[in-house]
Amino acid sequence: MKIAVCVKQVPAKDAPLAILESGAWIRESDIGFETNEPDTFALEEALRLKEKHGGEVVAISMGPERSKQTIKEALAKGADRGIHVSDANFFKLDPLGSARSLAAAIQSENFDLILTGLQSDDQGFGQTGVLLAELLGRPHATIIMAIEVVENHMKLKRELEAGWFQHVELPLPAVLSIQSGINKPRYATLKGIMAAKKKEIATVDRATLNVPDAPTQKVERIYMPQKTKKTEFITGQPKEIAAKLVEKLRHEARVL
Amino acid sequence: MKILLITEQRDAQWNKVSFETLAAAQQIVQQTKGTLTGVVIGKGISALAADLVAYRLDEVLTVEHDLLEKYTPDAYALALRQVIESTKPGLVLFPHTYQVRDFAPKLAASLDKGMIGDCIGYRYENSKLIFVRQMFQGRTSADVVFTGDAPWIASFQASAFRADLAAKHSGGTAPVKSVRVELRPEQIRTKPLDLFREAKQAVDLTQAPILVSVGRGIKAPENIPLAEKLAKLMGGEICASRPICDEGWLPMDRQIGSSGQTVAPKLYLALGISGAIQHVVGMKGARTIAAINKDQNAPIFEVADYGVVGDLFEIVPALIEELEKPK
Repeated sequence: MKIAVCVKQVPAKDAPLAILESGAWIRESDIGFETNEPDTFALEEALRLKEKHGGEVVAISMGPERSKQTIKEALAKGADRGIHVSDANFFKLDPLGSARSLAAAIQSENFDLILTGLQSDDQGFGQTGVLLAELLGRPHATIIMAIEVVENHMKLKRELEAGWFQHVELPLPAVLSIQSGINKPRYATLKGIMAAKKKEIATVDRATLNVPDAPTQKVERIYMPQKTKKTEFITGQPKEIAAKLVEKLRHEARVL
Repeated sequence: MKILLITEQRDAQWNKVSFETLAAAQQIVQQTKGTLTGVVIGKGISALAADLVAYRLDEVLTVEHDLLEKYTPDAYALALRQVIESTKPGLVLFPHTYQVRDFAPKLAASLDKGMIGDCIGYRYENSKLIFVRQMFQGRTSADVVFTGDAPWIASFQASAFRADLAAKHSGGTAPVKSVRVELRPEQIRTKPLDLFREAKQAVDLTQAPILVSVGRGIKAPENIPLAEKLAKLMGGEICASRPICDEGWLPMDRQIGSSGQTVAPKLYLALGISGAIQHVVGMKGARTIAAINKDQNAPIFEVADYGVVGDLFEIVPALIEELEKPK
């Protein structure tokens, strides 16, 4: 099986976020980045499918130069090669523009299976997999909790809401968005990290893809959320905090 | 503005988020002096259309076909594309359900349009419709506007609007029209099979008056008993955000949020939970919310009544000590 997995680099979970004065995006200069956690589950699933059925895993990431690091991490975990779609102003793309660019970059590869994570922890559009399927003319399924490949089709377990699941069958080639928690992603081994240095990362300049990217939507402004509730913050030493909180829950909120 | 509201049902049962989005759509129609068309899609849906006409809408469209009986993204996208092309709405609104996220972006792309998904609200300012959504897992908000031509396609997050505020029809009922769509079996590539639930729920968290909930901040499975001890002392149950159950530190039936249970206890104490929207939609109905988190900017504090910025490993033992004191 020839499998593509889309991996995105996002600000680290604990990175302190500051918003640019223009409100267009966050200040990227002082923060660390990491692989989008939902994508690590998709990568792990791709590696397991390869181990079972043979073939190749290609890690694809779009973004500025720094996002190559995310491809390198995928290579260290066992992906065979990488494709970096480079664009320094990648954050300005809308979901359709992103998906069109990715589709254009991988179209000629004819992957049997394309996997994405559920959504990104930064913009959180959660549309890339579904859009890639439509643009590449492939069937798709999302929020996948199990994959079983039988000859040229797949039996899948989809998660629905409120504890429900559904089995669906889908022919290959196809696109799947993987639910977080489907597996336990592996760590890169030292051997894997060394081996990754010899693996190929092809770079495609997004501008050369000639993708129509007139946006369908525009983020006008990013800002700190407005509070819907007035939170009463309790301060002091741990013992004082505990005493005050218990007092308030007992006698003010009267819920204890 | 002509608005098309696409409702959601399964086996002739409503997905109730449909009525929250109905409330939003009614509000936008009033502000933009437009019209509102409700759409029910599936098979055997006449009873649902009869429910919907009681609300303040200009008309209800039923889209019925044998191939819409069980949901598939192909059939839903193909059918709704025909409905949109024939009715030419300015705005198409969806409840942001798992099903909608599975097909609505595809439907939009098939019309060469983009979708603004997962909105938590909107503003109508100077004749401009601005959609508000979250980014960075709820740590920031973003104002997003459509830049292209109609139809615009957007979805609203569960509990962004109140279903009980959806207004009833003043003049009796809205008219129902049935829309014919062309679908062929070979166009549908997904084969939907059985729906099922996993192991029975061992605990019904919706009945617990007090919930102590743990998130990533609990750090390791060996720290769970600390939170359990606190829950027991408070007379409550322990529960968790998704990552904790994904790790197997607590069973899946103790997960709160969009993929787990929705609860409204009298007290919800969140320990080391950042408050991503997927979690918050499952617990924001709690009467009192208290949160302990080391990050003062954690979004959980937006919904908390009482907040403690600090180390839960110092504060939880102090709380246990306090609660063990005779009253």
